Amino acid sequence: MTVTAAPASEGKSSGLLSLLTLGVMPSRTVRCGLQVASLLVPLLLWTALASLGLVDEKFLPSPKSVFLSLASMAESGILFQDIVASTGRVFGGFLLATLLAVPIGICMGVYPAICALCEPLIAMLRYMPAAAFIPLLIIYLGIGEEPKIALIFLGTIYFNILMVMDAVKFVPKELIETTLTLGGRSLQVLVQVVARYSLPSIIDTLRINIATSWNLVVVAELVAAEVGLGKRIQLAQRFFRTDQIFAELIVLGLIGFAIDMGFRLLLRFSCKWAV
Amino acid sequence: MELIVKNLSKRFGEKLILDRLSLSIESGEFISLVGSSGSGKSTILRLIAGLEHPSSGIISVDGTPVSGPGPDRGMVFQKYSLYPWLNAAANVAFGMRLQRMKPTEIRERTAYFLEVVGLSEAGNKLPRELSGGMQQRVAIARALATNPSILLLDEPFGALDLQIRESMQDFLHKLWQRTGLTVLLITHDVEEALVLAQRVHVLAPNPGRIVRSLEVDLNKSDLDQLRLSSNFLALRRSLSRTMRELEPSLC
Repeated sequence: MTVTAAPASEGKSSGLLSLLTLGVMPSRTVRCGLQVASLLVPLLLWTALASLGLVDEKFLPSPKSVFLSLASMAESGILFQDIVASTGRVFGGFLLATLLAVPIGICMGVYPAICALCEPLIAMLRYMPAAAFIPLLIIYLGIGEEPKIALIFLGTIYFNILMVMDAVKFVPKELIETTLTLGGRSLQVLVQVVARYSLPSIIDTLRINIATSWNLVVVAELVAAEVGLGKRIQLAQRFFRTDQIFAELIVLGLIGFAIDMGFRLLLRFSCKWAV
Repeated sequence: MELIVKNLSKRFGEKLILDRLSLSIESGEFISLVGSSGSGKSTILRLIAGLEHPSSGIISVDGTPVSGPGPDRGMVFQKYSLYPWLNAAANVAFGMRLQRMKPTEIRERTAYFLEVVGLSEAGNKLPRELSGGMQQRVAIARALATNPSILLLDEPFGALDLQIRESMQDFLHKLWQRTGLTVLLITHDVEEALVLAQRVHVLAPNPGRIVRSLEVDLNKSDLDQLRLSSNFLALRRSLSRTMRELEPSLC
């Protein structure tokens, strides 16, 4: 008995276009290749643009000079200091926002009365740009760490609440009712069923919303700070050090990417049933 | 155990869902309510489970009026019945944990009820790794594990393929014979009701009310034989006709 191998690719006519066929999953190799290209192609373009000398080095520093300034900042310890300062603010503010948002969001998702009570207020507060609170926060809290953490808190809590609330609404009613018929009390239902069922969506919500706190930490540091990645960018501008600005931007991107990956891993390990 | 439902009515806003419905179930009985959609059959079960409150009328279990959900009335829904993050054994144990039974007792009872539903080997599998029929058996084991005096089944096999449905009916029949459970089964499937129940109540829609009650006095030693026997088929035809007459203009 002979088995004829199926043709490797269906769309012989247009290899590249066949990647865009709906509902078709490209092979793992192809996907990995595309993922590498996603970073490599812009890097090559940048290198080419810089080495051709089409743009003034002052405006577009070469990858090499950016790397060198990154290395020198790392060597002097400034970079580490900045990273610790900025990530500390982000995690401080975001953690506070999360600790409050998760229980509030769950209660709003489960109890229509609490939802009716809170949603109009939150919907309005959400549209007040967090950055617009900076002057007020400085008046109230001074120029230390408190206003920065408060800014990140204000900028993320409402989104966290509303997205947790939405996640909770997807908990099947049957699951809640089954728990009640098994003798579960309200608190048991909320913690052991509603929160547990929504955990994957909640982790995903946090993963998406922590990006906002990265925006805000830079804004906060532009206004008033001694150290921090945003502060360093502002100083670099004063001395026309575009290479430093590029370096800091790349660091910001990399840390953000690492945090994103961290949340993905957390999801994978804590919610094997959902991935 | 005795469940009594007397003059039970339920309104949602202006709409009357159930109209003065009465029925009673003795310990160890298997009763079925058959009705099409709109007959309020699920509402009856939810009222008995305590998930809804009656607009008027009485529901009592052993003389105590039902005031809310509780583990004395185990419930199994048609779908989304298992906790997806817990394996089969932990699902079975969940209700016992809620009630803070002793860990050793939980372990013993979990093993016992998994064995009762024929899933001893599947204890450490997640719900998504189980077939639909297996999932419903786990849900039944979980409801039984908290030692309810009545098992309420809301179209438990409604989402399953026909083949699996019949074997699940056989399973439920054997389970009932073995354990002496009291069961109230809601279904739209006349055959399912006749195969399993000792007494079948037919519900008419809009508003839901019992229009016919029927004792099923058939030999149920072999369900495959039963499904083909002429007595069974006659009953089935008769019930189906009743159901059809209740649907004025479907076609």
